[in-house]
Amino acid sequence: METPMIVLRGIQKRFDSVHVLKGVDYSVSRGSVSCLIGPSGSGKSTLLRCINGLQPADEGEVWVDGELIGLRIDGDHVIPLPEKEIADQRRQIGMVFQRFNLFPHMTALENVMSGPLRVNRADKERTRDLAMGLLDRVGLAERADHYPNELSGGQQQRVAIARALAMKPKVMLFDEPTSALDPELVGEVLSVMRDLAAEGMTMIVVTHEMGFARDVADHVCFMDEGVIVEEGHPDTVLTDPRTARAREFLKRG
Amino acid sequence: MNVTEGPGLRPRRNPKRSPWRYVVIAVMLFLALALADVVLTNPNFGWPVVGQYLFSAVILDGLLLTLELTAVVMVVGSVLGVILAVMRTSTNTFVARGAWAYIWFFRGTPLLIQVIFWFNIAALFPRISLGVPFGPTLAGIDANALVTPWTAAVLALSLNEGAYMAEIVRGGLLGVDRGQYEAAQALGMRPSKVFGIILPQAVRTIIPPTANQLVTTFKNTALVSVIGLADLLHSAQVVYALNYQTIPLLIVAAFWYLLLTSLLSYFQSLLERRYSKGYVPRSRPRAATGTSDAVALKEA
Repeated sequence: METPMIVLRGIQKRFDSVHVLKGVDYSVSRGSVSCLIGPSGSGKSTLLRCINGLQPADEGEVWVDGELIGLRIDGDHVIPLPEKEIADQRRQIGMVFQRFNLFPHMTALENVMSGPLRVNRADKERTRDLAMGLLDRVGLAERADHYPNELSGGQQQRVAIARALAMKPKVMLFDEPTSALDPELVGEVLSVMRDLAAEGMTMIVVTHEMGFARDVADHVCFMDEGVIVEEGHPDTVLTDPRTARAREFLKRG
Repeated sequence: MNVTEGPGLRPRRNPKRSPWRYVVIAVMLFLALALADVVLTNPNFGWPVVGQYLFSAVILDGLLLTLELTAVVMVVGSVLGVILAVMRTSTNTFVARGAWAYIWFFRGTPLLIQVIFWFNIAALFPRISLGVPFGPTLAGIDANALVTPWTAAVLALSLNEGAYMAEIVRGGLLGVDRGQYEAAQALGMRPSKVFGIILPQAVRTIIPPTANQLVTTFKNTALVSVIGLADLLHSAQVVYALNYQTIPLLIVAAFWYLLLTSLLSYFQSLLERRYSKGYVPRSRPRAATGTSDAVALKEA
């Protein structure tokens, strides 16, 4: 059997006295879409941030495409990598944030070009073509010269997706990508994500959009209080959960 | 139900102006006239002398030196300030404490003392030498030859400027949203590249206090007159030491200080406009569909 694209083993994370992640094992196979659901404070976003080392795990291992993230194995020990090398590893892991986090002093096009130009020192003309292509793919080619504050929330989030894709990542992490949007703008972002899934991108999506999880996800994880309580095919987890906690959560949602 | 409108609630068509307003205007006018009378009729102001020296070579040379000193100090001080600000936010506590101690010392002692101190550094170290601590000396130079009034002035003002700029830059860096750091990191940017994303955003908030700092520094350069550097104030002093026209020459110096600080304030407003790019909607709003605009602005 093919090795999964993402493997997490025994992930633990504490913030001061709060035990946010209590030993999470999790894997995502190549080209599949996995949705993380659960009440707020259950550790979904923290788990996502452990994958690209924005908040490195206290214990446990993160493997992306066979590469150990943020750590180096030295005999029996694991040693944290220097920030520079973690940065290099992040190039293959795209991330989209709840609050978009576009660079406000750059136009949409400059935002999308920023990764390849600054990280890979790519050729400017070729990067411009790549970026215009990506903006076209998210339906915003004609907004290329607009600054983020001249775009709607939905448009900003689509630019943010294009910006992450410009690095040609192996996996894409979405941290509640539609939670900061007005309801009427959610659809345009989800449709871009649907297209991405259809093209075979490996995706982890932290979301409250149960409809999206049902339609697009290959796998759904229900997290609560720092552990994965239940996981499996969306039809099972979302419609007929085994655990009482998941049933309770889905009834409220 | 009918709401009956009381007479007091009706908006006044012609709001009556307070009679005190006219009293205040009259007093102000009187004071302005009195001031003009004193300034114009008191011969001790020496307006002809002011006119004679306003554009004289000695004063203009002094002005030029003051401007050069300000420029050098601002550049060195800003670079130093950025370095210190980054050091202060470092996760290495040794580095962070070092920067803190530097800022504590240079902001906590009078600039005038620092100027005189650096000018007299030869009294402390007659020879300044490069070498291994407690070990052999590699090269040495007589301190009096190295520390001229100019180098003492640049050293004192720049080191002091660095401490103030560090706090301004640090404030700007802390003001940038956490998400901006995360977004840059998530793209795979190394720390130096992340800084390249953050700094331009910090510059927007750094500009107004920096412009104030520039005006302060420009005026602070007058302190170097005590170590005999021929700046604007010292040049005026040299002239009035000879002709005893103290007040007219102080007016000449003050005129140039005032003119330059006014110009600097003007350039400050131009710079602020430039760096508001992407924060203030452009003249022709080209934003997207309907109600979402307000949301977009709020989110941004």
